Amino acid sequence: MNVKHYIAARAAKELKNGDIVNLGIGIPTLVADHIPPSIRVFLHSENGILGVGPSPDQDQLDPELVNAGKKPVTIKEGSSFFDSASSFAMIRGGHVTVSILGVLQIDAKGRIANWAVPGKSVLGVGGAMDLLEGSKKVIVTTMHVTDKGEPKLVKELTYPMTSERKVDLIITDLAVFAVEEDGLQLIELAPGISLDEVRQKTDAPFRIAESLRTNEVTV
Amino acid sequence: MNKLISYEEAVKKIKSGSRIMVGGFGLVGCPLGLVEALAKANVKDLEIISNNLGEPGRGLGMLVRQKQVKKAIGSYFTSNPEVVQAYQEKELEVELIPQGTMSEAIRAGGAGLGGFYTPVSVGTKIAENKEERILNGKKYVLQEPIKADFALIKAKKADQLGNLIYSKSARNFNPIMATAAEVVIAEVEEVVEAGQLSPEEIVTPHLYVDYIVVKGGN
Repeated sequence: MNVKHYIAARAAKELKNGDIVNLGIGIPTLVADHIPPSIRVFLHSENGILGVGPSPDQDQLDPELVNAGKKPVTIKEGSSFFDSASSFAMIRGGHVTVSILGVLQIDAKGRIANWAVPGKSVLGVGGAMDLLEGSKKVIVTTMHVTDKGEPKLVKELTYPMTSERKVDLIITDLAVFAVEEDGLQLIELAPGISLDEVRQKTDAPFRIAESLRTNEVTV
Repeated sequence: MNKLISYEEAVKKIKSGSRIMVGGFGLVGCPLGLVEALAKANVKDLEIISNNLGEPGRGLGMLVRQKQVKKAIGSYFTSNPEVVQAYQEKELEVELIPQGTMSEAIRAGGAGLGGFYTPVSVGTKIAENKEERILNGKKYVLQEPIKADFALIKAKKADQLGNLIYSKSARNFNPIMATAAEVVIAEVEEVVEAGQLSPEEIVTPHLYVDYIVVKGGN
């Protein structure tokens, strides 16, 4: 099983008919492949598109039609184009229903770091802070640990925080956490994953939901 | 009232030390012909306001490689490693602003506003040294407007008056930058007679546009 696709498929289950959805770079982009055909959602791209469609075939590349990751895209029926100020007014103004974002770290309160790495020159922020501040719901999709095996869910952020706003849901290859008033709550395990493994690979404290279950998402 | 000029005439107006807005999201919607003409001109110490600084040696990346840029104001420069290098070697100053705050600050500059309070970046490194204010129980930071001496923008089509329409996601920062500079120069694919563009489709009305350069022309 491709774990990144598993994470994306699990995230897609959170989407509802009519949602306006902004997908970040990386795993979030894969969510588009798992949207159930029974619902219609509208993908917003912060560089000025509402109604983003799938990637084009090689012979249909349009250099003037890219997403916020600067990758070529297509548009769907009923799409629109707008300038950057309008696009971010949509985001800040609370008109984007769900943003699905990648992260570097998440702290015990559910706040994230996803724009800068300490010790390196901080030269890029893009739309990360705007999306986190303004989206009605924020879902994080990420591998549970870094490439070096270090936990991404940590007691305190060691990377610069993106916003004081907490995210709503955290979906990893091992588990799903809801962010509550008092911190993180483990609500689901990925298929074949034990609670012990999640405990071992999570640095941040978390509560275990009474209703904890193993989900049945397959890809 | 002829707004049509050549690339050479356009860049002759720009002196060293100028503050210049340049449209585009990466290379998409960037007025590449005007930037190339600027790279051939003998100007330096430029202050560039643009979301990115192109790619290595491409778009605004040409100006970085030739050390013509003194300061860059934008949201995302990590896509060009030569920008990072120039910054580390202290050849280039950088001011980083969240993309939504930057685009709104340009809009505010063009709309005659003295600034605005935004919740974006509150409590983060980027908000250090910015005035914070609580309004209706929520924290905001003050963002001042952004204006420039010149705006170099890219549009799909102009009419002879300077009305502009754009193409797809190449629109991005161009329409707002057209409002916020003393002198606005638009690089376009095509110029048509006034009346050929529907008033319903015009995105940038001609009062914002000072000069037009036709892509590939002289």
